[in-house]
Amino acid sequence: MSETLEKPVAKAPALKIVGTRPIRPDGADKVTGRANYGADFSMPGQIVGKILRSPHPHARIVAIDTAKARALAGVKAVITGEDFPDLASELVEGGEAASNMRDLALNVMARDKALYEGHAVAAVAAISSDVADEALRLIKVDYEVLPHVIEVEAAMAPDAPLLHEHLYTEGLEAKPAKPSNIARRHVNVRGDPEAAFASAEVVIEGRYTTAAVHQGYIEPHACVAAWAEDGRCDVWSSSQGQFMVRTYCAKVLGLDVSDIRVTPAEIGGGFGGKTTVYLEPVALALSRASGHPVKMVMSREEVFRATGPTSGAVIRVRLGAMKDGTLVAADVELKYQAGAFPGSPVGAGCMTALACYDIPNFAITGWDVVTNTPKVAAYRAPGAPIAAFGVESAIDELPLKLDIDPIEIRRRNAVRNGTKAAYGPTFQNIGYLDTLAAIGESDHYRTPLGPNQGRGVAVGFWFNVGGESTAAVHVAEDGSAMVVTGNPDIGGSRASMAMMAAEVLGLPIDRVTPVVADTASIGYSMLTGGSRTTFATGMAVTQAAEKIVADLRARAAKLWETSVDQVEWRDGQAHCLDPAKPDRKPLTLAALAAQSSRTGGPISAQVALNAQGAGPGFGVHVCDVEVDPETGHVTILRYTAAQDVGKAIHPAYVEGQVQGGAAQGVGWALNEEYVFDAAGRMENPGFLDYRMPVASDLPMIDAILVETAPNPRHPFGAKGVGEVPIVPPLAAVANAVRRAIDVRMCDLPLSPPKVLAAMDSRLD
Amino acid sequence: MAHLVASSECWPFTGGASEFEVEAGTVRGIIDELERRYPGLGRFIDKRMAFAIDGEIHQDAWFAEIGRDSEVYLIPRIGGG
Repeated sequence: MSETLEKPVAKAPALKIVGTRPIRPDGADKVTGRANYGADFSMPGQIVGKILRSPHPHARIVAIDTAKARALAGVKAVITGEDFPDLASELVEGGEAASNMRDLALNVMARDKALYEGHAVAAVAAISSDVADEALRLIKVDYEVLPHVIEVEAAMAPDAPLLHEHLYTEGLEAKPAKPSNIARRHVNVRGDPEAAFASAEVVIEGRYTTAAVHQGYIEPHACVAAWAEDGRCDVWSSSQGQFMVRTYCAKVLGLDVSDIRVTPAEIGGGFGGKTTVYLEPVALALSRASGHPVKMVMSREEVFRATGPTSGAVIRVRLGAMKDGTLVAADVELKYQAGAFPGSPVGAGCMTALACYDIPNFAITGWDVVTNTPKVAAYRAPGAPIAAFGVESAIDELPLKLDIDPIEIRRRNAVRNGTKAAYGPTFQNIGYLDTLAAIGESDHYRTPLGPNQGRGVAVGFWFNVGGESTAAVHVAEDGSAMVVTGNPDIGGSRASMAMMAAEVLGLPIDRVTPVVADTASIGYSMLTGGSRTTFATGMAVTQAAEKIVADLRARAAKLWETSVDQVEWRDGQAHCLDPAKPDRKPLTLAALAAQSSRTGGPISAQVALNAQGAGPGFGVHVCDVEVDPETGHVTILRYTAAQDVGKAIHPAYVEGQVQGGAAQGVGWALNEEYVFDAAGRMENPGFLDYRMPVASDLPMIDAILVETAPNPRHPFGAKGVGEVPIVPPLAAVANAVRRAIDVRMCDLPLSPPKVLAAMDSRLD
Repeated sequence: MAHLVASSECWPFTGGASEFEVEAGTVRGIIDELERRYPGLGRFIDKRMAFAIDGEIHQDAWFAEIGRDSEVYLIPRIGGG
């Protein structure tokens, strides 16, 4: 069951398409198998590329002998780090934020050191998969194995094995005297926290940990790359941004972006994990060396060992409150694994940790720490779920101590319009209070629980972003329209783009075809991520459709020999308002399109923009669990998620985003974790041992879409929706387990043995 | 004159100072003025920071307008998943 809470907007024109639930335009292709994913593409003369990966989490590469592999029949190319340019440290904007190109290149292919088990050290291209495998076995790598460090606090220790001798902590008052694994410190302070703690009537304190978890997209990374004799390169790959792939490949290989054309494949899940490159530069280098197109497809094991999970973390939270539940002070410390290179999402963790609360005095400190694990990659609302787990677990102790309802204690401390957010700016147009009320007044929240059952509440926040987008709208001779964008569809953007264009043009939705174009066929667009596409690219689509309408009105005015201000576009037709021409019958878009060659040529428009002012979103989740007293197994009985969405363009897709985020968060809470052995090798790189929730593990997740605070920057009021729903579930589940077993569990995942041990601890 | 608050990422350039009064009509004007006051800071901000102007986040928006009484926060750039 899902529902929508709306605030009617006075004078807003009635929407005919936006807010409805048409059939998804990519649905038939996906259910019939026609959709072409990364691994589905092939080229004539194509050969197979594979990567040799380090078996050690930390080792110096003394020498690599490739002679035997090169001599093997059927091997067309062998490459190592020496075949890539040795890049200088340089920040380049290619994805969402600037990335260090040296680190990116060294993650694609190691040069002097392997920094995690699974780090690429060499690659081959051969006529078959079997020959490529044999060639990998024939490559001899001489490693000097070094001590390794996996856990974040161990990596911060003064005597920890050092990953990078050039890494000095940034963000301190002065440059430290020696390098360490701590890449950066973030600090955010307001008021006088220690004085406020001294005046607090209740103090809550806790230390919480989360494990590294993977984004878990079903489709492994895959690409085909072809380097032609004239130096022009083509790449077909599954990613969250074809322009990101183009920029990064050009940088890693020392090419001009104009030499590379990237065609996006259908994408089988990304969740942030496909906002960088792993295979594409390697496939291009192998293609250059072999003279053949090269196809590369990761195994599931490679996906786990070599692509970005999100951080494992340690979170320390101290809260000070008065007896009425008013928060007066907070002290939060976040320590995040970055993996092999700097760049954990701890900065966002610091900014979101207290974003739902109006607390006058706080200190937040974040530490970005490199470890001998795969370089972390973005994962929905990067950094925020981890911080929320700690803060929401600690907040949850207040209602227990003070006998106040969990929603009420959050309402009393809630940010609202005009509140200065913990990360700085003043909130506007937020629907957080309505979102809290939606859960507080829900049937779910009022339903009694049985024995061994518990109910948990948690809240979450994400900024959402805008950014650069290009969109084109082309009207065909039959009056149908094509909407072309540069954003891969990872969560329903094709449907929302088509709907917004159809709304403006006045066309039925089945007369609008959305297309995701390659880098040579549409202008630059930032990748699909950060919940930006329906907001930012949607603005470009809407403005392009409005340009089409302006063009159609102008053509109708010429046909009617009247001024353009006497032509109104309504319901997909031009209407003549000129009282001197009462006999002019409305002209449909199809009628105008049929005459386009005689009225000025093709009807087409393009808009490129850099969207600003994405509205932030809030989520409030409630979760019921039942804990098996014999086994410690946690069953999710019921789950409801309310979210401040601005305006849902396609409500079913928005509900899907909410449900998907909640499901991933439940997995993070209960089962998922990277498990390493004493040698620093991942022990569970497959879905049998890395336990993600499946349909039978979850109840129907109810979504409540709160539409009381539309985003004034967006033509239809949309806010990003994909990030927020993964923020609250970790704590919502943990808080429910806390009430079911009467023990606070602070270390994720809450797997059955740990829950059983926690229950047994009650007897001690 | 706009009141600007910079997060801790800027402290290495400012010696720990985090609040400034800046006479500038646009984001680019602020970047230029901060570069003048603290060499290197403008370039750092341009690459690594976002501007929250009167509550709205702007990234890569040189010509975004700054009102005389605007509240401007410099915060780390925001990505997503």
